[in-house]
Amino acid sequence: MNLTLKVWRQKNAEAKGELVSYQADHVSPDMSFLEMLDVVNEGLIKKGDDPIHFDHDCREGICGSCSLHINGRPHGPKQGITTCQLHMRSFNDKDTIVIEPWRAEGFPVIKDLATDRSAFDRIQAAGGFISVNTGGVPDANVIPIPKVIADEAFNSATCIGCGACVAACKNASAMLFVSAKVSQLALLPQGQPERYRRVQAMVAQMDAEGFGSCTNTGACEAECPKEISITNIARMNRDYFTAKLFKSEE
Amino acid sequence: MSNFAKTFSSSLGKKLVMALTGIFLCTFLIVHLVGNLQLFKDDAGQAFNAYAYFMTHFGPIKIVSYLLYASIIIHAVYALMLTAGNKKARPVAYAVQAGGQNSPWTSRNMGILGTILLVFIVVHMGDFWWKYHNAELPYAKYEISLDNPKDIQVSELPYDANRLVHSEIVDVQAGKQIVISKDLYKIVNNAFQTWWYVLLYVIAMAALSFHLIHGFKSAFQTIGWNNSKLLPIIRFLGVWIFGVLIPLAFAAMPLYFFFK
Repeated sequence: MNLTLKVWRQKNAEAKGELVSYQADHVSPDMSFLEMLDVVNEGLIKKGDDPIHFDHDCREGICGSCSLHINGRPHGPKQGITTCQLHMRSFNDKDTIVIEPWRAEGFPVIKDLATDRSAFDRIQAAGGFISVNTGGVPDANVIPIPKVIADEAFNSATCIGCGACVAACKNASAMLFVSAKVSQLALLPQGQPERYRRVQAMVAQMDAEGFGSCTNTGACEAECPKEISITNIARMNRDYFTAKLFKSEE
Repeated sequence: MSNFAKTFSSSLGKKLVMALTGIFLCTFLIVHLVGNLQLFKDDAGQAFNAYAYFMTHFGPIKIVSYLLYASIIIHAVYALMLTAGNKKARPVAYAVQAGGQNSPWTSRNMGILGTILLVFIVVHMGDFWWKYHNAELPYAKYEISLDNPKDIQVSELPYDANRLVHSEIVDVQAGKQIVISKDLYKIVNNAFQTWWYVLLYVIAMAALSFHLIHGFKSAFQTIGWNNSKLLPIIRFLGVWIFGVLIPLAFAAMPLYFFFK
């Protein structure tokens, strides 16, 4: 396959970036998207040019590092996968592929396609945890949890924090991420003691990071590589309003 | 800032205001539609004029109507505030954004649809609400036979500043009920003789349809009423009642007068 890439190049956070065209020739359809970029980068390095910077780590869809906005969609055209799981057979010979970084006030560009997603870490640190001292291993089923609830909590917990929800949202809203992190604990008994404090603290941090508001377009759940549902957002809203209007401050 | 003020200035709180005012405006549509169905009655507007009088002079409805005007303004102001915040959340736009592949068109264009509706509401209220309250409208005099209520004689009376907006007298000896009303029906009838005015109404109702197909279910999602039991009911109401039936019934009114 021979492809034309239009890649966002930006020297650093302050510099003004632009889309630069590159030719990617002799691309194998079996390559992953990131392997294709690796080959392009090898060519750039050989020529003495600065390689294209992009985030990646596990390359098997579980770490949440890769983050490319490909032809207008986070993680490219396929559903339920990350960029590292996207293969070049999903494109056609002679295609032009536009590759941009996540665009959000909360995700400033570090260089080229790499963005600073530490805003998500700060939201997590604001309340996405339970405060217990872990002792010895308890007996199984000491705390009974219905299967459907366990499954729902697990589905919320599959969020890898990649930020595709923010990238896909026309408002750069982080509500799918935050609601998944709120839900995974709100659904389980261990999460109850801090349930209402948590949701308020995490929403406050989300607002402070400059993310937009949800308009329920559903773009986030459509683009989420873990296919996390917007029912999480409804649950977060419910908990937040319950906390604000009906719970006394702890 | 108090806890209450903080709640409603947060991103979720602002959305709650949008949802609650939106749902309130939806409930108003039902009342407005049921009342306006009087326009289709073949009684020279007697029922419609009586309804217009009732809506403007019954105390509790007056209070609700001020809540309604406030809701429209709050809904629009909060929409502007949220939109401004959302624009700030993405300072550098994408060169390519394929929103059409991951979300419905209506959900991404609520602002445009809402603006069309706001312009429509201003025009609509200026033409009917303002005229009914302030303009020197003529009066209609209905003489309704007591034996046969379908036998209605109508005549026009000129504007008279001293006349009551609506009066009803039963004259048993003449076998008639005489009703005199400010004639809003005539204003409605006259307005919908102009093709472009009818077109404006039909376009506005199309905008209402698209606005509510997304807006109705979206409001319940925002409040947090989103689960596998409620969602099918909310989706059905949002699409078929608020998205199709109500806008179609409203759009039928100008078309009815134009083609009558």
